[in-house]
Amino acid sequence: MRERLGVLVLSLLAWVGDVALFGARALYEAVVPPYEFKETWRHVFEIGWRSLPLIALSGFAIGVVLSMHTRASLERFGAEAMIPAGLAIALIRETGPLTAGLLVAGRVGAGIGAELGAMKVTEQIDALEAVAVDSFKFLAVTRILACIIAMPLLTAIIDFCGIFGGYVAESSISGMSASLYFHRAFSIVEFSDFIPATLKTAVFGLIIGTVASYLGFNTTQGTEGVGRTSTASVVLSSICIILINVVLVKLIFFVFPVRS
Amino acid sequence: MDAIKLEHVTKSFDEHKVLDDVTLDVPEGTAFCLLGRSGTGKSVTLKHIIGLMRPDSGQVLVGGKDVASLSGRELAEVRRSMGFLFQNSALFDSITVGENVAFPLRRHTDWSDAKIRDTARARLADVGLDEDYDKMPAELSGGMRKRAGLARAMALDPKILLVDEPSAGLDPITAREIDGLLVDLKKKGATIVVVTHDIPSARHIGDELAMLHDGRVVARGTAEEFDRSDDQLVRAFMRSEGSG
Repeated sequence: MRERLGVLVLSLLAWVGDVALFGARALYEAVVPPYEFKETWRHVFEIGWRSLPLIALSGFAIGVVLSMHTRASLERFGAEAMIPAGLAIALIRETGPLTAGLLVAGRVGAGIGAELGAMKVTEQIDALEAVAVDSFKFLAVTRILACIIAMPLLTAIIDFCGIFGGYVAESSISGMSASLYFHRAFSIVEFSDFIPATLKTAVFGLIIGTVASYLGFNTTQGTEGVGRTSTASVVLSSICIILINVVLVKLIFFVFPVRS
Repeated sequence: MDAIKLEHVTKSFDEHKVLDDVTLDVPEGTAFCLLGRSGTGKSVTLKHIIGLMRPDSGQVLVGGKDVASLSGRELAEVRRSMGFLFQNSALFDSITVGENVAFPLRRHTDWSDAKIRDTARARLADVGLDEDYDKMPAELSGGMRKRAGLARAMALDPKILLVDEPSAGLDPITAREIDGLLVDLKKKGATIVVVTHDIPSARHIGDELAMLHDGRVVARGTAEEFDRSDDQLVRAFMRSEGSG
């Protein structure tokens, strides 16, 4: 039993090491010419723009629900005036970034894993190499970079939509005006709340792109393997995001101690 | 001079030895046909030549350069002079047939979009698919995909063309047309290596044939020499005359 556990831990560490090396290679290759600007931009559009409806709608719904929960709690203390600020801080600092990360991991991670996995099993990746194209750079680096670029933008959007959703809920319950709501919401929010929390999602993007691309490049066993890659991309990148988030939050608290 | 040379190449997957001390040379400007039963290492040999696989031991020389020891850029340079038709065509399924053929041109030339499209269309016309430029690969039959793959492999006018079962899935008339295309390419000076089960095709294209069996080269010579071979497997293969 102990031996089996040891083997499991070792293979897990080996996997993490392989993925980390894959990601590190991608970051290195990203700064070495030739650059794949066109392909990267295409993926930013695919990943970012096409995720927008999901992100915006989810953000709005989360804002509505958070507003209702916050009201239920703060009403007891007669602190309803704090609802907009409390909601904005919660969304900007944590709820928005983490939710955006998990949503993108689900939508984009599965897509990248399945697409690259299918290309691997149908020899399309080999075909790219055969026409003298660096498949790693063309397929993996461009997608990883696109995830890194798109994540903070999507996070800013989910934050905004969440705060707007909170306003819709609050105004329908208390009749609070838009100017008063947004004034209160942003009265205590500072750049040190917004910037680090939003930029940390670039790391989420790196994780999503790297894990999904790595799994896609290592897909075997035909269409069944593609299905497994797709599922594993979502599950593993979500777990990695949740775990890395703990480290990143601690780091943000360390770098910005006053606001924490 | 040899365009391609394999020296004592050995390759195993897990415990299974797919290539066992294979030594071959393909002179420049000739067509070389690799014959053999399924699973004897023919496609693996092609993938070694283009550097998609590395030998466990031995050397694969293309134009005198050891493919396995080249850097990424050097290997890309060598590959630019080669075309490869995959057994299952391996067309990029997210772009049109025409763009598949145009892809190598877009990557490796500074031609205008119009010239690239015209060239891609001409290559497709060579394989009888000029009407299918805007179709997606999924809309083509297996044989049409094969022809589109060949058009892509020929897009950059390669000095070396590696072709994995060009006539598989094609009707006999189209298969002979493809053979004619390969012979024309050879006449222009290209070196061609064809993996095939199609004996009529091998007779038509090949200046020389080699037979792989259990990962080893068991026979080598012209089609006539193969016909007169003492080896039972070689004779049986040559008598089969079937495709596929």
